[in-house]
Amino acid sequence: MIFPGRFTAIAFLMGTTAAFGAESAPAPIPADQLAKAIRTDALTIPTPGELFAAFEKPGKPDWAGQYRSPIPMTYRNRGQIALNLGGLIADGFIAVEAQDSQQVKNIGTDIIKLAKALGVSENVLSRGNSISEFAENSEWDALQEELEATQNEVKASMQSHSDQDLVILVSLGGWIRGTQVVSASIIKNYDDRSAKVLRQPAVVNFIHTKINEIAPDLQNEPLVKAVSGQLSAVEKLVTFQPGKAPTLEEVKKVNQAVSKLMEDIQNKTEAK
Amino acid sequence: MRGRIAILFSVVAFGLAAPLLAQTDEEVEAHKLVLDLTGAFSNDGFKLRDGHWTGTIKPQERALIAVNLYAGNQYWFSAAANTKAKKISVDVYDETGKPMVVETFNEGGRASAGFSPTTSGQYFVSLGLLEGEATAFCLVYSYK
Repeated sequence: MIFPGRFTAIAFLMGTTAAFGAESAPAPIPADQLAKAIRTDALTIPTPGELFAAFEKPGKPDWAGQYRSPIPMTYRNRGQIALNLGGLIADGFIAVEAQDSQQVKNIGTDIIKLAKALGVSENVLSRGNSISEFAENSEWDALQEELEATQNEVKASMQSHSDQDLVILVSLGGWIRGTQVVSASIIKNYDDRSAKVLRQPAVVNFIHTKINEIAPDLQNEPLVKAVSGQLSAVEKLVTFQPGKAPTLEEVKKVNQAVSKLMEDIQNKTEAK
Repeated sequence: MRGRIAILFSVVAFGLAAPLLAQTDEEVEAHKLVLDLTGAFSNDGFKLRDGHWTGTIKPQERALIAVNLYAGNQYWFSAAANTKAKKISVDVYDETGKPMVVETFNEGGRASAGFSPTTSGQYFVSLGLLEGEATAFCLVYSYK
């Protein structure tokens, strides 16, 4: 199903007479070529915003019911900070979906605190002010863009400070927190259309592959090692038949696994 | 000797780091062109993902980029290249390599493919240079 009635409007907006329509299908691509496809953090890993947009299509969930208590801001281990930063950014998207200005501001402040602990650039820090301003004015679309831009700014800053190995940990933290929230919501109010968003084995596989490529000292840090060690099991848990929604029992298993990971990630006593 | 090694290392290290940090003029131009194209989708309620891919594609070649999509969302994948590209294509394939039926927009060096997955998971976006000279492409996507 594509977008009925959409094209005339878009063609009009483009002010063009360009070709618009359904094209005849090209030839299939063999598996060996698919294996060589380009995979990048910037496009291959979906943002929490994309996940939440699809998840709420059948009906708006109780986003505020998915808030969690504030997490510690005093981590010293850089891997743990990066994982929690990703989780916090996902929390920011949740607060935006809940249209909760105060919660967005609180999370924005925490994001900047953790980002500072990693020594990120001034550009990132100025994002904190923008988040507060947009939240004050209830500019929800702008806030979502700002959160995504903040995440990308953090990652760019990590790359320019030779901390590129932390980038994938930010993405992983965000994916785990987003999946925890969505699976918990599905358990509360099961809907097979919403449950379909949990099928993401390739995301987990890609993240796992990237973590196996990071520097050995970071890879061998207890928390990173423990989280990474669980990813193969998580990948199996989010592998469902194409087109078929996971059952409530399957969703519960996913939630249990990612909640355990989230608990380890935010546990202050685990910090080294 | 140590100095020479240090210089050589710096050159190699810069060579490795450069693709992460810098874009060629053609890539910057392609990025600007594709952002112009996506404005129409934004007006229609689509959110532009703040991420992109850039790279050079030769005639009759294609670049395949893996993406992970959610059932329930609608997506537009848009690509652009400068005037060296006379006709480009954007196609979407599922995780088995089967082509998906997409709505398309084509105008010289700009093209988009609209797709609404019914299954969440991995898909592949193929960018092709059908007519013209090798040049830099930029891919972005929008969703709602």
